[in-house]
Amino acid sequence: MPFNPMFRKPKNELEKGGRPSKRVESDVEMTQNCPSCGNANPIAELWENLHVCSNCGYCFRLTARQRIGYLTDRDSFKELFAEIESRDPIGFPGYSDKLEQMKKTAREPEAVVCGVAEIDEEPCAMFVMEPYFMMGSMGAAVGEKITRLFEYAEERTLPVIGCTVSGGARMQEGIVSLMQMAKTSGAVKRHSSAGNFYLTLLTDPTTGGVTASFAMQGDILMAEPGAIIGFAGARVVEQTVRKKLPPGFQKAELLLEHGFVDMIVPRADQKRIISSLLAMHKRRGSDEDGV
Amino acid sequence: MKTAYEYVLAARAKDRLTGLDFINGLFLNFIELHGDRRFADDPAIIGGVAYLEDIPVTVLATEKGRDTKSRIKRNFGTPNPEGYRKALRLMKQAEKFGRPVICIVDTSGAFCGIGAEERGQGHAIAENLAEMMALKTPVLSILIGEGGSGGALALAVADEVWMLENAVYSVISPEGCANILWRDPEKAAEAAQNLKLTAQNVQALGVVERIVPENSKEPIKMFENLALEIKEWYKKSVSLSPDELTERRYERFRKMGV
Repeated sequence: MPFNPMFRKPKNELEKGGRPSKRVESDVEMTQNCPSCGNANPIAELWENLHVCSNCGYCFRLTARQRIGYLTDRDSFKELFAEIESRDPIGFPGYSDKLEQMKKTAREPEAVVCGVAEIDEEPCAMFVMEPYFMMGSMGAAVGEKITRLFEYAEERTLPVIGCTVSGGARMQEGIVSLMQMAKTSGAVKRHSSAGNFYLTLLTDPTTGGVTASFAMQGDILMAEPGAIIGFAGARVVEQTVRKKLPPGFQKAELLLEHGFVDMIVPRADQKRIISSLLAMHKRRGSDEDGV
Repeated sequence: MKTAYEYVLAARAKDRLTGLDFINGLFLNFIELHGDRRFADDPAIIGGVAYLEDIPVTVLATEKGRDTKSRIKRNFGTPNPEGYRKALRLMKQAEKFGRPVICIVDTSGAFCGIGAEERGQGHAIAENLAEMMALKTPVLSILIGEGGSGGALALAVADEVWMLENAVYSVISPEGCANILWRDPEKAAEAAQNLKLTAQNVQALGVVERIVPENSKEPIKMFENLALEIKEWYKKSVSLSPDELTERRYERFRKMGV
């Protein structure tokens, strides 16, 4: 077991009290500070903990590939539609360059990764949004990939697991990005009307046009602890109503209280609960089809 | 030549015809129906039944108000979730009774309020998008002023979308865009140009079918022509089966993008 600073004997008076100070880093181990409580999490331990702070349970932001690694059975994920990339539909100044730069820094061709996978041996189609590619914003490529995934899943009567993290529609694609909300909604609706199961895992942050389309259209809405989930940005709301926002505004916990998500599930339990739900929603006769 | 931002200002002009003017100008015997049956009635969206000549129709319109008092009552045309839920309730009712749905859209966007968020603004819009896509009755949306983002789209998942010549349709307001890109809302004019939000721009991108010429001197003429065009559209639509209708609606949006 890696050394856990939480149970370390305090070095001095200050350390006995609140947060472990940054000086824990002197343990030679590489650490990453928790943005929520400041706890210095040793990197190796963070990976073992599924990138959850050992002190406060804060869920660190994950790349799409990390999340796929945590949720799916080893080597079961087969990527689909990776060739679909954004163009610059309205010739927005600087956007083409930004896309090129993003492909390098995020090491993904777009803001969503789609494919098929198994979760505790339950087959499903899956999309996972990529927060490090323009904050998971939805342009034509993201809309097309998600639409195709639902069409693909509908043809094969597969359930869809969708992990959302997004700033919303990608304004650099103008009205074309807005239309992706309608397009994806149409595909979700068809998949749903055919009796197929769709679960969304809402992660921090899920906002704007993604919240107002496929993120909220799941049969079951699961949220990660502490995730911000909303339509308008908190700053915009504050400026509009000229009031201080109530505590916990747009947090997953408040959405649960108001009845807008089914459950909040810690990262360590997500795989188990998702696979149980997949098993419960298995299409009758689908086993026979496979033989 | 008008600049893009001049179109934005024209779409927002205080003396511009509002949703209520279009209801009265286009239809006969309008009877307003209130409430979402869940929480409240949202005055920012007006819904009801009326005649288009001799055809019963369901009408939905965002309404900004004409003076300070009515603007406050209408929340400046920015709907709460209840507005979208009322709209969906009346659309489902139209489907049941085989009436076409005509949406008149003029909103800067869905309301960004604390209560709106707590009562699921995103959820309300998402539900309208999915349900409108599958609605087994003809749907027509006409953007008459501002077409503001998801708040406008929630009434514009239609078989055809028309735009008045001075209306605009955008994923974000030019001010919002300028603020995000350059931290400077003063650059809204530049942002408007880049967003390609005028009726002509939007039509070139295949997002609207028709641009409706405006006639500010003789609005009655404009309404007469528009009513005729709506009737023509309806005649075309009723010849299609409900499945053909939803298939075409799906394909309409399916081809937008990559």
